[in-house]
Amino acid sequence: MKILVAVKRVIDYNVQIRVKSDSTGVETENVKMSMNPPDENAVEEALRIKESGKAEEVIAISIGEEKAQETIRTALAMGADRGIHVKATHDVEPLAVAKILQKIVEKEKPQIVLLGKQAIDDDSNQTGQMLSALLGWAQGTFASKIELEASAAIITREIDEGLEKVKLPFPIVATCDLRLNEPRYASLPNIMKAKKKPIDNYTSDELGIDVSPRVRQLKVTEPPKREKGVMVADVAELVQKLKHEAKVI
Amino acid sequence: MSDSLSREVMEYDVVIVGAGPAGLATAIKLRQLNPAVSVCILEKGSEVGAHILSGNVFETRALDELIPDWKEKKAPIKTKVSKEKFLFLSSSSSFSWPTWLLPAVQKNHKNYIISLANLCRWLGEQAEALGVEIFPGFPASKLLYHEDGSVKGVQTGDMGLDKQGNKKDTFEPGIEIHGKVTVLAEGCRGHLGKEVIQKYALDTGKSSQQYGIGFKEIWKVSPEQHKEGMVMHTAGWPLDHNTYGGSFCYHAENNQIFIGYVIGLDYRNPHLSPYDEFQRFKTHSAISKILKGGKRIAFGARALIEGGLQSLPTMYMPGGLLVGCDAGTLNMPKIKGSHTAMKSGMIAAETINEFLSNNESLSGYAEKFKQSWIYQELYKARNVKPSFNWGLIPGIVFTGIDQLLFRGYLPFTLKHSHADHETLSPANEIKKIDYPKYDDVLSFDKTSSVYLTGTNHEENQPIHLQLKDTNLPVNYTLGKYDEPAQRYCPVGVYEIQRDKDDLNPQFVINAQNCIHCKTCDIKEPTQNITWVTPEGGGGPSYANM
Repeated sequence: MKILVAVKRVIDYNVQIRVKSDSTGVETENVKMSMNPPDENAVEEALRIKESGKAEEVIAISIGEEKAQETIRTALAMGADRGIHVKATHDVEPLAVAKILQKIVEKEKPQIVLLGKQAIDDDSNQTGQMLSALLGWAQGTFASKIELEASAAIITREIDEGLEKVKLPFPIVATCDLRLNEPRYASLPNIMKAKKKPIDNYTSDELGIDVSPRVRQLKVTEPPKREKGVMVADVAELVQKLKHEAKVI
Repeated sequence: MSDSLSREVMEYDVVIVGAGPAGLATAIKLRQLNPAVSVCILEKGSEVGAHILSGNVFETRALDELIPDWKEKKAPIKTKVSKEKFLFLSSSSSFSWPTWLLPAVQKNHKNYIISLANLCRWLGEQAEALGVEIFPGFPASKLLYHEDGSVKGVQTGDMGLDKQGNKKDTFEPGIEIHGKVTVLAEGCRGHLGKEVIQKYALDTGKSSQQYGIGFKEIWKVSPEQHKEGMVMHTAGWPLDHNTYGGSFCYHAENNQIFIGYVIGLDYRNPHLSPYDEFQRFKTHSAISKILKGGKRIAFGARALIEGGLQSLPTMYMPGGLLVGCDAGTLNMPKIKGSHTAMKSGMIAAETINEFLSNNESLSGYAEKFKQSWIYQELYKARNVKPSFNWGLIPGIVFTGIDQLLFRGYLPFTLKHSHADHETLSPANEIKKIDYPKYDDVLSFDKTSSVYLTGTNHEENQPIHLQLKDTNLPVNYTLGKYDEPAQRYCPVGVYEIQRDKDDLNPQFVINAQNCIHCKTCDIKEPTQNITWVTPEGGGGPSYANM
């Protein structure tokens, strides 16, 4: 069995995001980039499935500019066997990503596609769902546990009401929650080995996918600053303020 | 963790610790001299540049020698210095010192305003193109020695240990990296550099090293306030005349201003808070008018070397070399260390190349160093910093005579009288300093500042700020010096917490906030705090510092 894992290069979660002064987006120049955190969980899960003997190969795919290869190398250093890079010069929307992944799935024929539940840059939370619809495969989103049986996967989903267990017959698309596992560190020797692992290259044109944006972004701005709180002396003052100043009671 | 664990070993001809200007210049020069030499660089930051912070007005002399076509190769060096100013500040006024009366070392018309972090990112790319292997996120946590006592290499830090030092599920042991030569390029107060200086007594006969704490903020200001290429320095307020320090204010590209403050860590008043001095400095009318309507977009701090030639240790040892400010090559009166750091690395590379090909001794480094312009520079600069030990005015008068009349060639060398940790007076003998409240416009609290550094450390890991005696802060330093760590740490790592009745003081270390400036390791009066490397990738993530 093959597992395909989708990984995205995003601004590192420790970086303080700054909006560009012309409001066209956020600053990315000289900003640290790394693998989208839930994607790390997806890579880790794929590796654990392989290590348990239930899969033979883990393929990491990323879509984006040249430097997306660095993110693929990170997945390879963690232990993925090979990579696929689909080059695209600008931001690719979830639907285009799903269509590209569909093409690659048709070529590679994996039984499981793992993705992060969402990317921390645009928070779309759409790609996995769209891919499953395009493929006509079962989907298990927000997976916090994945158990494999002979012909199906049992996925525990973290949802508002609690934990939901679903049984999905192969082939499946699953999107991973941060609680699924704790991703491993890439060791130095494995980083060296990863440099020699193969990465296949495609462009979206070669795959016949139109990645031009369907959504027009009008403006990016910072959220309004939070107003400072005030200390109240007693409950009476609090009630008075809630009534007359905040006007909420 | 037990060291019986068998660790993987990687072998290189040369192992370099630290991807700053010194380490990168060493690596680049080595591969230029001999492409067959295998070179790796270990970097504790999550990427090259993430832990680099500097003013920076850059003198291209060393880079001109190392990569003469840096312009064609698109080095991020663009803003030429166009105008200079030097102000003396009193609390309410400012006096502009005529530039023709400035010593030659403080004239910057040939220099550029740059981000050293971005220059290092570019140097990293140049090094990788030459075949240097750079490993960001892998700190060299420990030195390894041969049986004969010579340096064998380094061990990278273990990943995945919990607070108590037990292995977590994700445990990944550090590996040994052996080199025929190990080059320590950790920057000011490197923790391995500190170890070898002690082990091989490299500072015998030298003055104690002198340090400063430097702050830097990047502001985006209105175009009317911005004069690209303008360089301004100040002395005086808010510091008293017995405290060495001053500010810088550089007008970089894109309406950005690099503003910062450096304070000598030989200050005497335990109540002094370098962070708060910097914050209130910005409220001076000569400064606030520049920042007015602007927005602070970055903050950081880092200790720097001020000792100069008198304090420069022997830079070679069996199997190893010290380069850049891991030894202390910064030129204090020039307020520059990047070009000297790079030059020291380039000389190191020449020495190593001869060592590897003709088996010549690494001690040749000292001779080469003395022959080069770096020595000339540091020699002429040597008397400036110690003269300020007499106070601001005598220091200026002496420096005028030394630099303007004698061009640094006075026939004697002043010594540094104390190490920085020895200078504090007891807290009850000196008046407390009443710092103004932060206004959230020009001055900000530590919490919002540390947020801008992007610093992060995995929470469940051993604390990387180690106390030799865990009771000492409460039992001794608190009573005698009102625990100065609360104030000298620029990001509030150290706190004294008391219970609700203001009793039972506890010394708390918020190691997660640490921005790797090393001030605590330097200034702690009893040298009770030791900075060691945290888990790889931890620490600040500076973008354009």
